[in-house]
Amino acid sequence: MMKRFGIAMLALAIAAGTGALTAQTLNSPLRGVSPLNEEGPAAPMTPMRNTAEKEPRNYPEQPPVIPHSIDGYQIDLNGNKCLTCHARARTAESQAPMVSITHFMDRDGQFLASVSPRRFFCTECHVPQNVVGPPVSNDFVDIDTLLSRASPGGKR
Amino acid sequence: MTTPKLDRRQMLKLEAAAIAAAAAGMPVPALAANLVAERDASELKWDKAACRFCGTGCSVMVATKDNRVVATHGDTKSEVNRGLNCVKGYFLSKIMYGHDRLTQPMLRKTNGKYDKNGEFTPVSWDEAFDIMAEKWKAAIKKRGPNGVAMFGSGQWTIWEGYAASKLYKAGFRTNNIDPNARHCMASAVAGMMRTFGIDEPPGCYDDIEAADAFVLWGSNMAEMHPILWTRLTDRRLSAPHVRVAVLSTFEHRSFDLADIGMVFVPQTDLYILNAIANHIIKTGRVNKEFVAAHTVFKRGQTDIGYGLRPEHPLQKKATGAAKANDSTDMTFDEYAKFVSDYTLEKAAQMSGVPLNRLEALAELYADPKTKVVSFWTMGFNQHTRGVWCNNLVYNIHLLTGKICEPGNSPFSLTGQPSACGTAREVGTFSHRLPADMVVTNKAHRDITEKIWQLPEGTIPDKNGAHAVLQSRMLKDGLINAYWVQVNNNLQAGPNANEETYPGFRNPDNFIVVSDAYPTVTALAADLVLPTAMWVEKEGAYGNAERRTQFWHQLVTAPGEAKSDLWQLMEFSKRFKIEEVWPEELIAKKPEVRGKTLFDVLYKNGQVDKFPTSEIEAGYGNEESKAFGFYVHKGLFEEYAQFGRGHGHDLAPFETYHRERGLRWPVVNGQETKWRFREGSDPYVKKGTEVQFYGHADGKARIFALPFEPAAEAPDTDYPFWLSTGRVLEHWHSGTMTRRVPELYKAFPEAVCFMHPDDAQDAKIRRGDEVKVISRRGFIRARVETRGRDRPPKGLVFVPWFDESKLINKVTLDATDPISLQTDFKKCAVRIEKV
Repeated sequence: MMKRFGIAMLALAIAAGTGALTAQTLNSPLRGVSPLNEEGPAAPMTPMRNTAEKEPRNYPEQPPVIPHSIDGYQIDLNGNKCLTCHARARTAESQAPMVSITHFMDRDGQFLASVSPRRFFCTECHVPQNVVGPPVSNDFVDIDTLLSRASPGGKR
Repeated sequence: MTTPKLDRRQMLKLEAAAIAAAAAGMPVPALAANLVAERDASELKWDKAACRFCGTGCSVMVATKDNRVVATHGDTKSEVNRGLNCVKGYFLSKIMYGHDRLTQPMLRKTNGKYDKNGEFTPVSWDEAFDIMAEKWKAAIKKRGPNGVAMFGSGQWTIWEGYAASKLYKAGFRTNNIDPNARHCMASAVAGMMRTFGIDEPPGCYDDIEAADAFVLWGSNMAEMHPILWTRLTDRRLSAPHVRVAVLSTFEHRSFDLADIGMVFVPQTDLYILNAIANHIIKTGRVNKEFVAAHTVFKRGQTDIGYGLRPEHPLQKKATGAAKANDSTDMTFDEYAKFVSDYTLEKAAQMSGVPLNRLEALAELYADPKTKVVSFWTMGFNQHTRGVWCNNLVYNIHLLTGKICEPGNSPFSLTGQPSACGTAREVGTFSHRLPADMVVTNKAHRDITEKIWQLPEGTIPDKNGAHAVLQSRMLKDGLINAYWVQVNNNLQAGPNANEETYPGFRNPDNFIVVSDAYPTVTALAADLVLPTAMWVEKEGAYGNAERRTQFWHQLVTAPGEAKSDLWQLMEFSKRFKIEEVWPEELIAKKPEVRGKTLFDVLYKNGQVDKFPTSEIEAGYGNEESKAFGFYVHKGLFEEYAQFGRGHGHDLAPFETYHRERGLRWPVVNGQETKWRFREGSDPYVKKGTEVQFYGHADGKARIFALPFEPAAEAPDTDYPFWLSTGRVLEHWHSGTMTRRVPELYKAFPEAVCFMHPDDAQDAKIRRGDEVKVISRRGFIRARVETRGRDRPPKGLVFVPWFDESKLINKVTLDATDPISLQTDFKKCAVRIEKV
């Protein structure tokens, strides 16, 4: 709970820092400072976040982002490296989260003996994260925050 | 700024305290209770909507609470995606909440007056439309109707595209309106029209579960059509006999599933396609019965040029440029002789693909027992011979009769969510009218004018300016008032340095951009209009398999943001008919005199026929509230008149709010999965089995078309091919997805993908900064030698989603001369270390 509050504050701080759309100007933080007819320097490449610590989801249906680097992971016709830790049978040893039970369902919602082939390519939904600050913040409000605003004594 | 973290023990302690407090009747903040159990509070309102991104057309469920989207997930009831979304789709919840949403119109001003070089200043909608109308009227006065233009989108909803097309083609009487789908699938359209005489794929996604083999021709489905890729993966891995062949000019993620991976030299796909046809003929596997009954042969015009400016040496040299779309009759034997030069051996030599792989590929088509689906996207369509590529792949399916039945399907995938629904079906192209009709055909104009209740001669009979031509005409000062909606053409259009940017900043021109966010195109404009997006309005999209899908308005837009539809219709009120139509046209229908374009086009007794009381209870509808009638239904029902009874039948309006989309033609409540096949397509005459009814003779065309070189190829000064494209995590120019932090962090900036040997030769290491330079411009980017895309030596790949690296300053505005679609996949560059 505290953690969520902290993140909300952090988001507010970032939002304030990027500067709201103030009256007499229009700019795009994603473009940066270079005029449209010039090309500025490219920022250095950033490392991948590489921990086992989970990021909270924005809503339960969101596929969790990958908190660790997947550099060089093989996911192809010959095999799926992610399953070496996240497969059901491997999680005791790896302490990695088990692949969600939804992933065992086929197109018709029937459970299969193993992960459904339609879920084979993990990176279609789960993506690792660079260590980088997004130039534009996002004002999405998650449901818990929204509910707490609405209830008496809740944050506003 | 880090957040203090609690370990599990501390967390439990806190929760225990909160629970104890609650039990003692002490007031506690709601957040401290560990479950919201009260039904009223925890209940979410879930509604269906079409995904905002690609042409796959997934259905998503959207949860709203207190006028905000709080969650989204894949719709389990949707045939397309059955509960799945890709990573972009799963983050739809956040696309409307980027911190820098535009919430008020902004006009460039100095000292309180419009000034092309002034600073953006907030203005009211009234003031915005005042200056717009003034500029439009001035441009029309100075140059006639063709002095104004519009660049729209395959991301327009169906009614937005329809309202825009009407406003321009009938209201302003110019065909200078084109969608960004011109950059995306115009070659697929022209390919269909040439081969079948009617647009859009014969098959549907159900083909995937029925196929024995898949061939990807210039399509990286793994990243660009992720959910179709999950279906293809499911099929390949569940049925081990299935084979996947992937062709591209560089290795990408789709190669991870490839049984036959093929990297070919750019442009040699033309050679490979003809060689497969030749292989089918040489090995006696032509389906003679099918070919005799359902096809005729055509020799296409050659040496058709590259769609460059007329003074370009390549254009001057092209002998067939003026009649690029022409063809003459030929026999099967003549065709067989034509392709006999194209052997697999020579194809291997030219393309660099090993012969045994080409043989395996050709056999997937030639073997009568293998059901094969061909998929293609931008590798074919963004090609100076893109229409030919489309025709050549149809040739192969027609020669073998592998078409219009489950699992046998040549299938052009679309990039945008409504490239089919809005650009193609509504006919927002500069040459088109609804239901495949064209402006140059008198009968088609007559039909349109009749449905629109307008006098004969309202719609101009010449093609308007297409995408690339609009940019050139802006630069040349021939178009002076320009409106851009739902696209980011300064970033997406080719040759931005020499054509697009100078055109936007030309002092003669007034540029208006409607967008939800400050894109680079908006920043280059003179007036920026804040726009409602996605579920902030009622919408309809048409996906790649002819599926029409609707959604309701679920939340309201921030600030003064208004939908494109409202903007178009409200703006039309600013024009009296006398200001835009000549006297002789008005004389043919005197009752329009004194009326506004709004009255004539939208309040015409047809579009305003349905009262707002017909809006489904529980849903907002800003446009209908503003105009006093159910705008969306009125526009849809008027538009649907074009297709009903003519092979493009749409179901009644309300049906689409209930269904997870239906594939047209929808006849007697039944959708059509496979067109042109008796028993599946109600338009096929009984006893014909297969009927390609798009052409009057009921036959499809097999085209003899040769190899011709690319417009620009590497040389000693510019030794690399440059291909541009997309990445999974970002949609097009990144306007929405780069404002979702999780997606931003997944792929923050564009890089220059390069072969490690090429890098080493140039003494460049991974992560070094380079300039990617062409004859037209440059960008600066970091080099990636080991990422998801692995180019062969001699080619670099740079994605175009990143507005801080405008790679389209580097690309060439060469187009397919028939489709007028740009080739974004081939130009020559050199790489310099910074």
